[in-house]
Amino acid sequence: MVKLVVNGREQELGDVDPQTPLLWALRDELGLVGTKFGCGIAQCGACTVHVDGRPTRSCVTPVGAIDGAKVTTIEGLAGEDGALTPLQQAWIDEDVAQCGYCQAGQLMAASALLADNPSPSDEDIDNAMSGNLCRCATYKRIRKAIHIAAKGNGQ
Amino acid sequence: MTTRTSWAHNPAAKKLMEEIEARRALPAVVRGASRRQFFKMTGLAGAGLVIGMAGACSKQNGAVAASDGPAADFNPYVQITPAGVIRIFAKNPEIGQGVKTSLPMIVAEELDAKWEDVEVVQSEIDESRYGPQFAGGSLSTPMNWDRLRQAGAIAKAMLIAAAAAEWDVAASECSARDSAVHHEASDKSLSYGALAEAAAKGPVPAADAVKLKDRSDYRLLGKRITGVDNEAIVTGKPLFGIDQTVPGMVYATYVKCPAVGGRPATVNIEEVKARPGVIDVFTIDGDGDPLSVMPGVAIVAKSTWAAFAARRALNVEWDESDASKDSTSASDEAAMTRATQAPDSTVESFGDVEAALSGAAKTIEASYAYAFVSHAQLEPENTLAHYKEDGALEIWSPTQTPQGAVDLAAKVAGVEPEKVTLHQTRIGGGFGRRLMNDYVAEAVAITKRVGKPVKLQWTREDDMQHDFYRPGGYHFFKGGLDGDGRLAAWRNHFVTFSGDGESPITAGDIGKGVFPGELAGNYKVERSLLDWNTPSGWWRAPSSCTIAFATQCFAHELAIAAGRDHKEFLLEIMGEPRWLKEGDPGVMNTGRAAAVINLACEKAAWGRMMPKGAGLGLAFYFSHQGHFAEVAEVSVSDDKAVTVHKVWVAADIGPVINMSGAENQCEGSVMDGLSTMMGLEVNFENGRALETNFDRYPIMRMRHAPEVDVHFIQSDFPPTGAGEPALPPLAPAVANAIFAATGDRVRQLPLSRSGYRFA
Ligand code: FES
Ligand code: FES
Repeated sequence: MVKLVVNGREQELGDVDPQTPLLWALRDELGLVGTKFGCGIAQCGACTVHVDGRPTRSCVTPVGAIDGAKVTTIEGLAGEDGALTPLQQAWIDEDVAQCGYCQAGQLMAASALLADNPSPSDEDIDNAMSGNLCRCATYKRIRKAIHIAAKGNGQ
Repeated sequence: MTTRTSWAHNPAAKKLMEEIEARRALPAVVRGASRRQFFKMTGLAGAGLVIGMAGACSKQNGAVAASDGPAADFNPYVQITPAGVIRIFAKNPEIGQGVKTSLPMIVAEELDAKWEDVEVVQSEIDESRYGPQFAGGSLSTPMNWDRLRQAGAIAKAMLIAAAAAEWDVAASECSARDSAVHHEASDKSLSYGALAEAAAKGPVPAADAVKLKDRSDYRLLGKRITGVDNEAIVTGKPLFGIDQTVPGMVYATYVKCPAVGGRPATVNIEEVKARPGVIDVFTIDGDGDPLSVMPGVAIVAKSTWAAFAARRALNVEWDESDASKDSTSASDEAAMTRATQAPDSTVESFGDVEAALSGAAKTIEASYAYAFVSHAQLEPENTLAHYKEDGALEIWSPTQTPQGAVDLAAKVAGVEPEKVTLHQTRIGGGFGRRLMNDYVAEAVAITKRVGKPVKLQWTREDDMQHDFYRPGGYHFFKGGLDGDGRLAAWRNHFVTFSGDGESPITAGDIGKGVFPGELAGNYKVERSLLDWNTPSGWWRAPSSCTIAFATQCFAHELAIAAGRDHKEFLLEIMGEPRWLKEGDPGVMNTGRAAAVINLACEKAAWGRMMPKGAGLGLAFYFSHQGHFAEVAEVSVSDDKAVTVHKVWVAADIGPVINMSGAENQCEGSVMDGLSTMMGLEVNFENGRALETNFDRYPIMRMRHAPEVDVHFIQSDFPPTGAGEPALPPLAPAVANAIFAATGDRVRQLPLSRSGYRFA
């Protein structure tokens, strides 16, 4: 039986087939529907979560391959007390979203970027974020929100 | 099988289009009707007290007192609680165009509500209370502008009346501001919360008896207001159709023939049933209507993944005797042949184009073509539907036409529409795809069969194989210039597709009033039809999104041939400022057109010297009642790598409701236009779409996103929508800039067909 630590809580994935992509285990088994399905073939980034801190395409990651891993999803991005991260706050204030469907994946990719590189350049951002499609094309605001959050971090 | 000649011949879609067209004219009709009649019509009369709330609440700027009592109900759009929470109902589907925020802002403005006190609630679907509810045609703003202002103003008048009664003063001595009524003479104030219960019991004034605010008194409209769902979005709340769950639900995938019209002949049902987690597998005959349920195989399972995994073991042999055999390569060839033949019909004609062409000092000819594309909204189609024992049907669905979805669901389930409850969810992109409700119909067919709540989930491949595609098309132009280099004649032979041999496929027509129309003096649009089977549909700024490319590039070609500056050439065509059809906001105003052309050029410093390999390109287009001009600055390398540095957008959509939302729409439209023109196409062979996921459908990524600089001329004309009209000018502006940079005239989309790519 596969076990994961999801957003700080241990989860046992009962009779879930180890081949099941993390995306669908999160959504259908654990009820964490913030992580989105876009393509299923690692092309769009809508399903991005952190696995042991690394941004990961959950649609192509079988749960059996990450047994015991620490997984963070969009639901676990804010603090325990619900305090939003500077990144989430910047996303709200800059009014980034249009439809909003890609934004969980964007935020997970962006937060992994800032963890690695607290003051990224435009080019760093483009490199880190180009695996994430936004069909509504909110790219300009995503970039700006990342810069604002990076500044807010005191970097 | 019916006598339909093609799966693309779609009377129902045609009807939907007619309805939308008819509704497009609604604001004018409403203005004509007496306001009292209008409020009767829209059910905006009942007031009273309501207890309990339906629908998902969103956004809570102000804190709600835990002890808050029942809300007073002013009309379908406004409720106020004793603690002063002002609930405003958002009537239309939110697909990313921002109406869940902007429409309530209109109510709040007239109500003089403090935005911090407002809680936006997605409304139920009820035509008798809300009138038409849909997201299409950039119509949410123009169709609801009067209705929503009146809803706010009427509630405010009732609050003022209640305060005046309380103080025993004349209502005319009272004013409202920041969610409270004030009496200046006695320096008294009462909050809306304190007044709500008494106010809602008072008489409802007639709509024509309340005064709407002057624009100069607006406190909220035109500001930057952030989306009401923003916090829920960034914390991953279950907002979207795909996120909906109910206890006891099962999951389904539905497999149809990749060529529309194919039917399952043999299916290894037992084998798939034996797969882990599978509950049932069965074929559905459907009603043979691509807008409803086409034949296929349903796999019902305990989870989405169990259904998808079982699908891999599915073997279907399709009977394709009635299926589409559409082929892009064959139609490309056929179009070239049609170009040399007499057109099927004339769409619109002014003057004598043939005489003007033979008398012209100079003529040029050019042919343009563009591909079919997919909507590719990021949330694949899905619907949660529950057919209950008592014949009631409950549905959660991301649809742009929820009222149509209710009717369709009722038809598929064989129940009365009154038995259907549809919950509007947030929608992960629309772009026109979800004007069609085929996925709703499929979910209903499956839940009816299994008698449990069923979540139907399409894969991305389902989505791109069973889209209602934006039609491709071909234009064969001949234009004439007089001895002074002025436009003297314009002929456009448009080759498009038809399912019935008589009329164009959905969104494949050119219609009247296309640029330059009567402004050319001598003008003719002719049309020829190629056979086509695959369903098509409206895609962001339907028909304008492609026709703008062809016409605005050809206009540039004529300017170049005349040795004229493109901007001057366009302004000369516009001539005197005037509405081309007085009283019809659906037809261009040349003065507004000239103003946006001038503004875009001014902001871009049009006419400046550009380095080698760089260029500026201009285009104008009028669509969805919006006047838009765009200038693109590009550079192109020797091996055709294109960088779009910046795009200047000048827009006149009247007063802007929400500046943040309007800018976001313009930026998104520009980038959507660029993404689509650079590399997106869906080609068909043997009736099958060849591009079925993002690996072969390269939507633009962040690194290629240009800077976008948006400027609004906030004219005094009534406000109109922003979701679509910024898109059409982008492709011609960029193609014209590529010409300016390289001398290469690209006459085909996507640009990748001509060897171009993003740098
Ligand atoms: S759904 Fe995983 S990358 Fe698209
Ligand atoms: S906001 Fe719609 S896909 Fe990104």
